[in-house]
Amino acid sequence: MHRELKAFLTPLLGALRDLSPIVAVILIFQLFVLQQPIPNLTNMLIGFLFVLFGLALFIQGLELALFPIGEKLAYSFAKKGSLFWLLLFAFLLGFGTTIAEPALIAISGKAADIAAEAGLIGSSEVDKSSYANGLRLSVAFSVGLAIFLGVLRILRGWPLPWMIIGGYLLIEVLTPFAPKEIIGIAYDSGGVTTSTITVPLVTALGIGLASSIAGRNPVLDGFGLIAFASLLPMLFVMVYGMTVLP
Amino acid sequence: MNNLLEVIINTSWETMRDVTPIIATLFFFQYVILKQPIAHLLRVFKGLLFVIFGLSFFLIGLQEAIFPLGDTMARQLTDPYFLYGEQGGEYLWHDYGWVYLFGFSIGFATTFAEPALIAVSLKAQEISGGSISSFGLRVAVAMGVAIGVSIGCFRIITGGPLWAFIVVAYVTVIVQTFFSPKSIIPLAYDSGGVTTSTVTVPLLAALGLGLASTVPGRSPVIDGFGLIAFASVFPIITVLFYAQISLWLERHHSNH
Repeated sequence: MHRELKAFLTPLLGALRDLSPIVAVILIFQLFVLQQPIPNLTNMLIGFLFVLFGLALFIQGLELALFPIGEKLAYSFAKKGSLFWLLLFAFLLGFGTTIAEPALIAISGKAADIAAEAGLIGSSEVDKSSYANGLRLSVAFSVGLAIFLGVLRILRGWPLPWMIIGGYLLIEVLTPFAPKEIIGIAYDSGGVTTSTITVPLVTALGIGLASSIAGRNPVLDGFGLIAFASLLPMLFVMVYGMTVLP
Repeated sequence: MNNLLEVIINTSWETMRDVTPIIATLFFFQYVILKQPIAHLLRVFKGLLFVIFGLSFFLIGLQEAIFPLGDTMARQLTDPYFLYGEQGGEYLWHDYGWVYLFGFSIGFATTFAEPALIAVSLKAQEISGGSISSFGLRVAVAMGVAIGVSIGCFRIITGGPLWAFIVVAYVTVIVQTFFSPKSIIPLAYDSGGVTTSTVTVPLLAALGLGLASTVPGRSPVIDGFGLIAFASVFPIITVLFYAQISLWLERHHSNH
């Protein structure tokens, strides 16, 4: 029991450390600058406890279940899997981790609320959740594709900077054709995807791959996957916006 | 209380659906392709339960605390009474000084304390043989996020086109790439993604949407998003800049 408690306290302290800078900055502004009451303070404090407790539980669960299996799988596929299974694994890993990414769930829900308020989509729960799910599926599909392409790049040794620059050019070419209501969320989706679940598993895959191929630098090649995963979602969310928004 | 219980059950149900793809992927590849049993199966199931309930509580907490907090801060900082007192006045971009300072502080504080960044910068110090210091790198990334969020707030307040700001930032990155030491480039490119953590992202989104809905003439749906994009691009610029400075200092020292 003692060990169990300790195993839970560590992520709880970690979550507290994550939240404390936010709380500190907001407290300073509230005490010295704004000096105004915060509405619904009790609810907010309960919410904070939920965030703290939820984050701690979530991270401990990841470390107990998903990370050990995922990292071991990523290593073993990188070392000896056939190309077909390796690429399929890469795609599904990117897709699956992104669909479960908490920040993306939160942001896509918010985007649906805003779009409904502006009358771009219907305001029923069904309409909102279909828009939010559409956003998340576009992002998850594009992260899957990004990891797929990133693995191919590591295997073939394609140069990273040119692919990144090419990708950004494509984004800027597409931007004028996308509805202006989707551009903000599209650009944001790049930063949202690479977060709690995706980064550790994808990095394990990249570093495993790069270290199993002779003459590759694990640091140089292992990191490139994340860069792709922040680029492609911007493209695909814009395309999604072009198909569903007026 | 019943209401809260209902929310928890509903959210957990949705969360279960959200984590199914990754769990199915891992189990399928483990059992069908690799044909190996999973070690400590009981512990894994316990972990999966933790993931589902932890994620649910976290998402409910976001709705109750982080989203309203970002929104409240945006509203209070742009409140005309707060800005001008009794007499009222014109809304010009430089009247919103506190907003930029708040964005800067939130960006800097959350990034500097980010565990992922601490781990990466220690690694970078080790690889570079000490020419990049872990502390310096953390300051560089945190400054990048801070400047990015401030400029992002400026864009929301003035209503400029997001793509134009981002293009300028990208072009800066490309130019810097040509003049930077090769070893820092992948690290710099990744620093953008590493910094935006699970708590910071919703807070920034709420701040941006709150600003766009209170500043006169702005619309949340067009101007509200984009802060996260700024927070992801600007660290690349500051990290490359930091690498250039370190390189230059090193050469300067060895010349003497």
